[in-house]
Amino acid sequence: MEENTSHHVATRTFVFVWIALLCLTGLTIKAAQMQMGEWSMVANIAIASVKASLVLWFFMHLKYEKRLFKLLLFVPIITISIIIVLTFFDIWYR
Amino acid sequence: MNETAHIEHRDYATAKLGMWLFLFTEILLFGGMFLVYAEYRQLNTADFHEAGREMNVFLGAANTVILLTSSLTMALAISAIKKGMKIRSLLFQAATVLLGLGFLVNKYFEWSDHIRKGLYPDSPVLLAMSHGKILFFGLYYVMTGIHALHVIIGLSVIVFMFALTLRGNISDTDYVKLENTGLFWHIVDIIWIYLFPLFYLIL
Repeated sequence: MEENTSHHVATRTFVFVWIALLCLTGLTIKAAQMQMGEWSMVANIAIASVKASLVLWFFMHLKYEKRLFKLLLFVPIITISIIIVLTFFDIWYR
Repeated sequence: MNETAHIEHRDYATAKLGMWLFLFTEILLFGGMFLVYAEYRQLNTADFHEAGREMNVFLGAANTVILLTSSLTMALAISAIKKGMKIRSLLFQAATVLLGLGFLVNKYFEWSDHIRKGLYPDSPVLLAMSHGKILFFGLYYVMTGIHALHVIIGLSVIVFMFALTLRGNISDTDYVKLENTGLFWHIVDIIWIYLFPLFYLIL
């Protein structure tokens, strides 16, 4: 079992992350109600990405995994980003 | 390392890597739908904003809180079993299942409210609306529907893991099954984190 690198995370850490996620949920609702037009959308996506990172990093233990796991995550993220950006070039400049 | 130490072969890192690779395909599955949403929203901005007002922000926010909390209980169930606290782990797993069911109950009320108003795919009320609104509700039903399907699958797997924990098949020396179940449950949570602002918060 030598490769079973289990890492004990304190309950307190998880609860703090959970509180942060709830606060960000409140913030995203506030951002939407401020009626900033397309900037509300940008703010909401940014806040969602912070929330997703918190879940990935702590709840999904990525912080305590080998570097391989952290690097691999960039494969789907970069793939999706390239597809979305290229599609939008088509919408904007057609 | 002598031979006898490896009679029961377990490859912890590979089991986790396999799960992560599966999760990447899930990210791409939903990523494709997010792309369709982004393009149609760009082309029908005004319609999307008007249709978004039909959404119940309160129910959406409640479901966000429910899923975030269920992610916490899932993470706590895993750290409990790692420390060998079986009962505590079982209780947290049960709490996760109850929260997941609560999410689905909310979803039921939400969808039945839309259907009562005649807002469902191919309904006469919806077909009389503008093109952009039809697209919005189509995407809403497909994306939250496939997400809800993932919640149902996740819950079924957690119930299965509950039974395995009860029988001692999952324990403080072998918990990768429960960890991988947790990873799936968290990715379902992450997808909802994005769905919530996209459908409920375009005011």
